[in-house]
Amino acid sequence: MSRPSDSAGSGDPTDSVDTVGGPVLSVERLGVTSSRYSLVENVSLQIGAGERVGLIGESGSGKTLTALAILGLLPETLRASGSVRLRGADVDLVGASEHDLADIRGRLVSMVFQEPMTALNPTMRVGRQVAEVMLVHETVAGRQEADAAAVALLADVGLPEPAAVARAYPHQLSGGQRQRVVLAIALANNPALLICDEPTTALDVTVQALVLDLVTRGVTARDAALLFISHDLAVVATVCRRVLVMYGGVVVEAGPVEQILTAPRHRYTEGLVAASTIETTDAQGRLRTIRGSVPGHGRYPVGCVFANRCDAATSACEVEPPWVGESVDVGYACHHPVSSGGGVDA
Amino acid sequence: MTLRLLLRTGALLVSLAVSSAAVFAFMAVLPGDPARVALGVNASDAAVAAMRTQYGLDRPLLTQYVDWATHLVRFDLGTSYVSKAEIGPQVLDRFQVSLWLVVVSMLIAVIVAVPLGTLAAVRHRSALGVVVTAVSQVGVAIPAFLAGIALVTVFAVMLRWLPANGWTPPSADPAMFVKQLILPALSLGAVQGAVLTRYVRSAVLDVLREDYIRTARAKGLTPVRALVRHGLRNAAIPVVTVLGLQLATLLIGAVVIERVFVIPGLGSLLLDAVRTRDLIVVQDVVMLLVLAVLVVNYLVDLLYLAIDPRLRTGEVR
Repeated sequence: MSRPSDSAGSGDPTDSVDTVGGPVLSVERLGVTSSRYSLVENVSLQIGAGERVGLIGESGSGKTLTALAILGLLPETLRASGSVRLRGADVDLVGASEHDLADIRGRLVSMVFQEPMTALNPTMRVGRQVAEVMLVHETVAGRQEADAAAVALLADVGLPEPAAVARAYPHQLSGGQRQRVVLAIALANNPALLICDEPTTALDVTVQALVLDLVTRGVTARDAALLFISHDLAVVATVCRRVLVMYGGVVVEAGPVEQILTAPRHRYTEGLVAASTIETTDAQGRLRTIRGSVPGHGRYPVGCVFANRCDAATSACEVEPPWVGESVDVGYACHHPVSSGGGVDA
Repeated sequence: MTLRLLLRTGALLVSLAVSSAAVFAFMAVLPGDPARVALGVNASDAAVAAMRTQYGLDRPLLTQYVDWATHLVRFDLGTSYVSKAEIGPQVLDRFQVSLWLVVVSMLIAVIVAVPLGTLAAVRHRSALGVVVTAVSQVGVAIPAFLAGIALVTVFAVMLRWLPANGWTPPSADPAMFVKQLILPALSLGAVQGAVLTRYVRSAVLDVLREDYIRTARAKGLTPVRALVRHGLRNAAIPVVTVLGLQLATLLIGAVVIERVFVIPGLGSLLLDAVRTRDLIVVQDVVMLLVLAVLVVNYLVDLLYLAIDPRLRTGEVR
């Protein structure tokens, strides 16, 4: 997979955040807690119109919870705190009523989930499932118009014979085809923000590139903001121009994709980048890994969440590291950052 | 689809043939000669022999079976050894009575269980959900005849709102028919409803955890709308299975309740036939019950096809 060539320089990290009308999505100090543990803490980010932002991290780092909290779709046992503002919505999405959230979801913000095989209702025809999102928000005049629009959307996401697909049931389609249907549903009402949670992880490699291209083209055509969640650095590099790295429920580093991949500052990012390449190996000739594994909830060290797996950790790391950087969108939280320009082969 | 239908219909016919042979064989191996049983211990050997010839009981078993089965197919159930009357019309009449009882009980069960079970699932963390679950648990433990006696004590004996027992055909006196049907149908229906509530609850709970419900919510459907539009049809698949089994249980369970409420249904006919050793009637009624259960299962399978498109269309592409 190739890197996008349109974002060559890392000199303007704020990119298009300051477009007319402010950011599309503005998340401030978002937290998610269960009855016992804090699962996501202090996540802040902004995404402007037409901007594509990645959220990277291992399983259990809090990426999906962050996305669900933005949508107000957390499991009922979890609570969100902080603030989520969306352009076009009058209310703060954290703490908004179910009625307000239902009006916002599918219209201003849409989500594509990881597992296409189970994301669609097996007993409803595909076309009706696409049409439904337009009928619910009354963005079309009626059933007939919705059905026609559904077929057009299915054609948009590159499905051959869209009229036949509209009449099919989900089990008659492949995983890649189903994910394209889910994308068609997500894009139907031209949302201001699209959230994709590992949209290609469950797909064959050959289909992945196709779906990623459809996601990129879909948001570009609508000048929508994109929050793209993945554990795969290569995928994020293909789609996004900015990226946030999450570990242990907090954002440990953020910045332009090139900067994060070539000159990471946080020790976790450094390990993640080293682990994702097969070109360098350690002294024994094995692929690089981060030692240890992600601790369970409530088992993260006090202070820096990465301290117990970090080779550079000292007693200073028992204190929570402050955010170092010009904004929430560029910076890192590490007491012993990798010196800029060194540490990792570029 | 057509192939599936043909296969399923074929399976029904084969099951019917096998079960009719089983019923016949079971009655044949029971100790006691039907003719002697019918005529009593004091009958002369000559009289018994005459009766055996008259009813063809002296023929080989296979011939008797084929004769019985071929007549069954034409709904000719033969004549009673005891009353010498045609069995067919009598059985049909009694079967109608039982069918009323069973169908109305089932309707009561469904009307109670679907909303309550759904409510218990949606509110499973709240006090209301726990109460519904607990009450249905108690309901499961109560036998229908006990519920029947309790209902009679309260509504017939103490409050005198409804008759304690009896049966009036709907054509004779519709109002009386309904009054007399309420208590027996309620005793059967309430218990079955309690069982069904638990299955509806767990089916809806399973469905609520499905990804497509989350997709529906992400599309902007409220939780209730997501459940109604996307959940209930999927939850119906396991519930229909249980419904079929329950309908079969009810057909058999009605035997006891018909006794409690003095209802002239298939159950009381069966018990009377057993009491008077009218073996041919026993055999016919048991066969009819088997037929009813098999047909219910067949209909449940057809219902699956209607509910779940994955069964209708071919394999996954």
